Amino acid sequence: MQIVSYLIYLIASVLFIFGIKKLGSPKTARQGNTLSSLGMFLAVVITLFDQRVLTFEYIIIGIIVGAAIGSVMALKVQMTGMPQMVGILNGFGGGASALVAFAEYFYLIDHAPNLEVSTSITIVLSVIIGAVTFTGSFIAFGKLQGFVTGKVVKYPLQNLINVILLLAVLGAGVIVVLEPLNTINLYGIVAVSLILGVLLVLPIGGADMPVAVSLLNSYSGIAASMTGFVLQNNMLIIAGALVGASGIILTIIMCKGMNRSLMNVVLGGWEDAGSGEGAGGDGPKGDAKSVDAEELAMILDSAQSVVIVPGYGMAVAQAQHAVRDLTNILEKKKIDVRFAIHPVAGRMPGHMNVLLAEAQVSYDKLFALEDINDDFNNVDVAIIVGANDVVNPAARHDQSSPIYGMPILNVDYAKTVVVNKRSLNVGYAGIQNELFFYPNTLMYFGSAKEAMNKLVNELKEL
Amino acid sequence: MEILDLLMLIYVFVLAIFVGFELITKVPPTLHTPLMSGSNAISGITIVGALLSAGAEEFAISTILGMVALIFATINVVGGYLVTDRMLKMFKKK
Repeated sequence: MQIVSYLIYLIASVLFIFGIKKLGSPKTARQGNTLSSLGMFLAVVITLFDQRVLTFEYIIIGIIVGAAIGSVMALKVQMTGMPQMVGILNGFGGGASALVAFAEYFYLIDHAPNLEVSTSITIVLSVIIGAVTFTGSFIAFGKLQGFVTGKVVKYPLQNLINVILLLAVLGAGVIVVLEPLNTINLYGIVAVSLILGVLLVLPIGGADMPVAVSLLNSYSGIAASMTGFVLQNNMLIIAGALVGASGIILTIIMCKGMNRSLMNVVLGGWEDAGSGEGAGGDGPKGDAKSVDAEELAMILDSAQSVVIVPGYGMAVAQAQHAVRDLTNILEKKKIDVRFAIHPVAGRMPGHMNVLLAEAQVSYDKLFALEDINDDFNNVDVAIIVGANDVVNPAARHDQSSPIYGMPILNVDYAKTVVVNKRSLNVGYAGIQNELFFYPNTLMYFGSAKEAMNKLVNELKEL
Repeated sequence: MEILDLLMLIYVFVLAIFVGFELITKVPPTLHTPLMSGSNAISGITIVGALLSAGAEEFAISTILGMVALIFATINVVGGYLVTDRMLKMFKKK
């Protein structure tokens, strides 16, 4: 029987790998996800035949409750709420890993009082990483949902406190390894790890959440791998390592997208970030030219090539459908429309792409920064919908700017730049955007959804 | 677990990380959100450990921990795969 289950676990591991491989193209991605879920199903079924599984009451309860909650969440969540959804799922994954390691610890000390060193090390690591992921993810969820402040939180001795807590956890871990039967230490590790998860995510600002969510994604994978070490199960190790790698790669991409080090993001980053005021006072000033819907419709009508740059503002205003309507009417007028998507636009990697997919914008119209940036010279109108720092030209030339060096979309090279925004307020980085005062920039004030709808109506009348 | 057993597990871990890096660098940015939620569902693989703990014969603290772990892991697995499918369904080329 064990041979059969090992073979099935191998098949499941291969299915996970194929599943991720098929995510390499939007055409095969859905099939990949199905393969991956088939792997998970096989793994669960064969585990039910394991010699350790003798009673089924708790299993049935657990699966029914979990499946009910999971499916309601998955079917109800709005596409704009996807960062929160992924955040909270990370938390459950991490929490499950920590609990499994904890349960395994009690099982082992009941059945084999002499815990081996390598087993207790992996139990401790699994509990720490899982517990940090658990509370960290819930704080990230709270920040994205608005329950917890999206601002950068700083308090005295912040880093010192974190270092002390981390050392305390590791110290207690060593004691558990040396005296495995002393359960109180493991409780201590759980408690401190839970606090550590809160403290590590709390300082991270709202717009840095793409990094935080990616990093927590990676943690949840590593936690699963550690549980694999505890159970000596290769499938868990492989699956967890795949997720761990995925999270790390996305974290690196997000950090590069902001030209910041991981440390800088994790420790709270920019001084004025998210404060909404900051250096706005001594930033570039001048007269921003504003434009109304009617005038803008005429400008667009005579354009041949239009690029739309969506940002978090589009998600907040739920304006993706209005933006789609704009795309459709422009295309009807034989105007070429493309989308330029900055890697850190929105609150998680790929956030904008999902919203536009929901609005039925064809995915071959969505371009990544490096694929479209050299082409802005040939663009007649660039329309920025709810984005700010990612199009601030100061990142290219102003060495004193906090965002200096960050890769930006070169929208200012387009013949006309239209910025749709509610006001001239500063963006997340707390700095004024000089783009607003450029001679080729027109400000189109208003909330994204209404503004786009108005524009579509004007275009219809032309 | 002998130290040699641990080493064999570390072999698998390290090699799987390399496989993961190779696969994931090929995922286009447009699919990064489904990648996150889909890989997240995979990390719910701890469900296997939760089943072992929750299905133990005698009732003990590990059984309760196992059941809670099972609820969490099932939310992670079911929610993750469903929401990923919902998203991927929407990615269309006209």
